[in-house]
Amino acid sequence: MEFFRIKKSIPFMRFARMFNIISLITFLIAVGSLSTKGLNLGVDFTGGTVMEVSYTQPPELDSIRGTLAKIGFSEASVQNFGTARDVLIRLPVKEGLTSAQLSEQVLVELRKDNAQLEMRRVEFVGPQVGKELFESGALALLFVCIGIVAYLALRFEWKFGLAAIIANLHDVIIIVGVFSIFQWEFSLPVLAAVLAILGYSVNESVVVFDRVRECFRSRQYRGASVPDVLDAAITQTMSRTIITHGSTQMMVLAMLLFGGETLFHFALALTIGICFGIYSSVLVASPIVMYLGVSRDDLVKIEKKPENESGAVV
Amino acid sequence: MNRYPLWKYLLIVVALVGGLIYTLPNFYGEVPAVQVSPLRSSLKADAALMARVEQALQKASLKPEGVALEAGSIKARFTTTDEQLKAKDAVQTALGEDYVVALNLLSRSPQWLTSIGALPMYLGLDLRGGVHFLMQVDMKSALTKKMEAYTNDIRSTLRERRIQYSGISRDGQRVTVRFRDDATRTKALAVITKNMPDLELTTADDAGEFRISGGLRVEAQRTTQQFALQQNINTLRNRVNELGVAEPIIQQQGLDRVVVQLPGVQDTAKAKDILGRTATLEIRMVDDERMLDLAAVQQAKAGQVPFGSELYYERNGQPVLVKKQVVLTGERINDAQPGFDQQTSEPAVHINLDGTGARVFQQVTRENVGKRMAILLFERGKGEVVTAPVIRSEIGGGRVQISGRMTSQEARDVSLLLRAGALAAPMEIVEERTVGPSLGADNIRIGFNSTLYGFAAIAVFMVIYYTVVGVFSVVALAANLLFLIALLSMLQATLTLPGMAGIALTIGMAIDANVLINERIREELRNGNTPHAAIYAGYDRAWGTILDSNITTLIAGLALFAFGSGPVKGFAVVLCLGILTSIFSAVVVSRGMMNLYYGGRRKLDRIAIG
Repeated sequence: MEFFRIKKSIPFMRFARMFNIISLITFLIAVGSLSTKGLNLGVDFTGGTVMEVSYTQPPELDSIRGTLAKIGFSEASVQNFGTARDVLIRLPVKEGLTSAQLSEQVLVELRKDNAQLEMRRVEFVGPQVGKELFESGALALLFVCIGIVAYLALRFEWKFGLAAIIANLHDVIIIVGVFSIFQWEFSLPVLAAVLAILGYSVNESVVVFDRVRECFRSRQYRGASVPDVLDAAITQTMSRTIITHGSTQMMVLAMLLFGGETLFHFALALTIGICFGIYSSVLVASPIVMYLGVSRDDLVKIEKKPENESGAVV
Repeated sequence: MNRYPLWKYLLIVVALVGGLIYTLPNFYGEVPAVQVSPLRSSLKADAALMARVEQALQKASLKPEGVALEAGSIKARFTTTDEQLKAKDAVQTALGEDYVVALNLLSRSPQWLTSIGALPMYLGLDLRGGVHFLMQVDMKSALTKKMEAYTNDIRSTLRERRIQYSGISRDGQRVTVRFRDDATRTKALAVITKNMPDLELTTADDAGEFRISGGLRVEAQRTTQQFALQQNINTLRNRVNELGVAEPIIQQQGLDRVVVQLPGVQDTAKAKDILGRTATLEIRMVDDERMLDLAAVQQAKAGQVPFGSELYYERNGQPVLVKKQVVLTGERINDAQPGFDQQTSEPAVHINLDGTGARVFQQVTRENVGKRMAILLFERGKGEVVTAPVIRSEIGGGRVQISGRMTSQEARDVSLLLRAGALAAPMEIVEERTVGPSLGADNIRIGFNSTLYGFAAIAVFMVIYYTVVGVFSVVALAANLLFLIALLSMLQATLTLPGMAGIALTIGMAIDANVLINERIREELRNGNTPHAAIYAGYDRAWGTILDSNITTLIAGLALFAFGSGPVKGFAVVLCLGILTSIFSAVVVSRGMMNLYYGGRRKLDRIAIG
């Protein structure tokens, strides 16, 4: 079986401007949402308490809210989590109240209403720790970016490194932007997913760039223009791109379907990342390389000498 | 050209067998067990203790599956959790409070696997249930307390030397001493500099006042903080022992934090209560007159305590009758350090009292020379006599030394207990993650199912799309999963739910390498190469790309490992290991199968690659 039997190169670069405009628009929407709505940061980053409790019968959320309001947590958010019997309670950081006692207090009150209550999970993060987690997350992002640019610059050329990282940061902004638009919770695992995607979708650029380099070096494309070479490289790797991403997405889909609420947002971030990863690392990164003025000389320097020698002999 | 030398096949076989062996323990499941370990280092877990445990079980007519002595503790396995709970109670009553009796789950895997170090993966708290606390030590108050102690030291030193000062005060972490004339100050400066090398001193003159002000040197601050942290860790360790947790983790994190992980603990309220508890210290007089009367002591032991007194025990079991009236409480103690008597060089404990404490202590010691006083440590409403020394003379200035009949180990223990009672620096819980047992089990199921279904989907697709070569790819992918789990088991890295997601994701990403290779082979075939040449070129050319693309993901994984915390770190570990195993399995293992299947055929017309 073969899905992609493409004989001729598809002229992707002719539409480069269009891709860039699409990118720009999605990018601006994402940035716009981030700057106006911001992110719905999880308790990991803001500090606060999250409690997951499970009832034997679906409980009335309003009565839980009432109970919480009675003991002074009127700002608590109460919602179902996964099933109707599981409830997620979020409590903001409260000045002057020691964190550790807080969850106990809530449990005791809720047990008064329904003794069948089961505590599934309590997460408390102090505001200071939350701030630190946020900072170390940002630091990790920075480290990954620098690391990848440095590696690609070493392995290819700085133009490729720069193009790849621009394309992929654009991915990151879009994933984060989607989380902002829909106000999905941005938690520590989601951040992990974003960073993993950053590493993963750079793959994509790497594979295409590898092929670009190979084409530049081969005799077949000696006289071809830079856009033609890029087109050829993208077309040749397209089959692999789609199949690989499809396979990875199958795995992610399994997580999305069977992972429950806990892995849902993690898998969602991966899904968005994979979809945009294909697009951006191929159709955003390659035009950037073109604009940066990549040429055969950038990649074929080493091979030049032997070619000249062989020319002299013949 | 498509043949491997024998050693490469052997390498693959060895890797697969090794992978299988180390993965095996994960399939055996766990048995409920009771784990007994001594509370103090002076007690040993040995054959005698094992015999006592067995005896206790026999008396309760419980039949364990096996009792074994492993790594400093006795472990008894049971068939049901019901028996396990009964056994815990039976053993606890039989052994008393000198031993920690904890519930645990032990691997059911056979002995020979355990003996070669093949253990099941170490499950994180989100998979097995339990409590994780991050506690922050209040360093500011530790430093303030230390300065308070120095303020007292300066005061009494100057008094001893009869150096007149007009005032001494502490403001935060700085102490200021005021003098009337320069000459006295110079004298004082010399004395303080000599006696308290940890202080950084400066002088200043202001409106006819001559001042010395001092603060802790940076190095001294650092040692004070390390000390406070270490002490808190010790205190926590003692308290966790009380909880009866089988494998607690108590670790320093950063400069001022302690991580406490208690797997399997469900009663978080109790855990928080015990961890957050402050021990209190009281100094009282011993009821010496009644202590002389042996009959009265015997009566007290039987329950008839004389009026106005209470009965407490020393650590060695010696009963002491103590008056009810409290002389001093632990808040008046600034510091307690082990050391030596300056004259006799005997081991001693040096206690530093604050101003009020010093005054009260001086008065009490003046009136009670020749009598005994007791220092009591109260924890959870239970008192214990830490030490009961005889008062030899009046003690002023708030510097107390306890010595005589003491080894240096004992001096260390006593000062530790005293400090624990005084608690040099308070702690606060700054992060808590509690996972109930049912959620833990759910999380395992979730992680397992996601991986299973994802893998199945990829396998079906690969076989349909690439036929025989697709089968090789799937086998290589399965080998990758095997290696990854074996490696995680071998390293005993903590597996968390994000870690399981990491396994799934790694599998999803690892197939990339095989797709790259397979696509390349197809392409080479299209370009008119012979099948053998196509296989060779396919692997050869794809290799560079595979390396590049994996290294970028590895960079992301390393960053997550370096900056991530807790569950995210688990994800990072799996991601990094998965990349390493996937390179091996996708390139070497799948090539091995290709070579074995196609390599031997001299005339190869076509490759079954779909």
